[in-house]
Amino acid sequence: MSMLELRRVSKSYGQGDAEVHALHEVSLTADEGEMVAVMGPSGSGKSTLLTIAGTLEEPTTGEVLIAGQPVGKVSRGTKARLRRRVIGYVFQDFNLLPGLTAAENVSLPLELDGLSARKARVPGLRGLQRLGLGERATHYPDQLSGGERQRVAIARAMVGDRKLLLADEPSGALDSANAQAVMRLLLDACKKGGMTAVVVTHDAQLASWADRVVFLRDGRVTDQTTAAAGPESLLTPERNQ
Amino acid sequence: MSVRHALLALLSEGPKYGLQLREEFEARTGEVWPLNGGQVYTTLQRLERDGFVESDGTGEEGPQKGFRITAEGEQELARWLSTPPDLSSPPRDELVMKVLVALYVPTADVHAVIQAHRRYVVELMQRWTRIKEDDAGTEMNMSLAIDAELFRLDSVVRWLDAAEARVNRAATDGATTWADQARSASPGNQTRTPLPRHRREKRVRR
Repeated sequence: MSMLELRRVSKSYGQGDAEVHALHEVSLTADEGEMVAVMGPSGSGKSTLLTIAGTLEEPTTGEVLIAGQPVGKVSRGTKARLRRRVIGYVFQDFNLLPGLTAAENVSLPLELDGLSARKARVPGLRGLQRLGLGERATHYPDQLSGGERQRVAIARAMVGDRKLLLADEPSGALDSANAQAVMRLLLDACKKGGMTAVVVTHDAQLASWADRVVFLRDGRVTDQTTAAAGPESLLTPERNQ
Repeated sequence: MSVRHALLALLSEGPKYGLQLREEFEARTGEVWPLNGGQVYTTLQRLERDGFVESDGTGEEGPQKGFRITAEGEQELARWLSTPPDLSSPPRDELVMKVLVALYVPTADVHAVIQAHRRYVVELMQRWTRIKEDDAGTEMNMSLAIDAELFRLDSVVRWLDAAEARVNRAATDGATTWADQARSASPGNQTRTPLPRHRREKRVRR
């Protein structure tokens, strides 16, 4: 089943001569358990695509469906609930609240959704432990490394067993080893936890973790990778003979 | 990949049989550079001819023949390890050639050419990443070999991105390629317009 579907989504800003077309009839699906990377240069519309997929912005034309349900017509309250319970966001610059500990940052979305701080703490801690940060729960963001901060941000995006994770250059500020670790975490969450992830990046090494890579240029989907042959085919003895 | 020196490296640990060398070579390089049996045995014969290894001299050529490294072999291995490979002249890269040629072919869409190569390379990277993730977690050699391949392919994608950005900039600046000029010419006038002098000079430099 498609967890996310964009049907001929376009987005324009401004009017007349000043009109800018950020997206042109973009169609995209991401199935349950699938990790999709959207690759493109700066200004290709990657971030706009993500904010529209996450219901943070309305498309000018076209339709967004989450778990098969069109979100264009639903009330603001329903959309807000969707964002609190179904969709998680990971940002390039982490967006952690500096005055809250790692555990408090992770459990914050649950509190915003009406859970008491005491009840929200348990899944918050569990989320941190799942990402190997159990011992950092009481640390503040400025006491954590870049890689740890991003893992906290991922734990926060996933807390409450959200089904759709949208990540905007999630490892842009990290070194290669930490960036790979972040992608491994996201892929694990998809394959073992049934989550769906859409990751936008300009980095081919990170995109190569995804099941499918969609190429975006000037607001248009220009291409995508096809299902690759089995990995073992790269290791056949005939290669070097 | 220098099979000669990889075999010398394996023999620097102690005497080994032909079959053992083949198996260890594949284990050490994580099967990224597999060998056939014949390649191992012919390389060993040449190493023996050059005085870098000695065989036990018993039996025929093949999996059961034993080999050990000589002092000359040790020196050759040390020399090879510390000598950087020649990277001074750019390799003749077929992919680079194709993109450069696409700029001159009136019927070619250079963006489509770039994207076809980009997709292929990213698909390859997906496959290597999957192998690394599935099998290589505990195998240092395999992980390092695959990382090397991923970084190499990544540099190809980066070059394609940079090439596309450069082509876009050139189009914005009005300095179009021959192909663009031919396309924008009237249907009855598809002859190539010579490039301005400074563009010709640039092409010569490339």
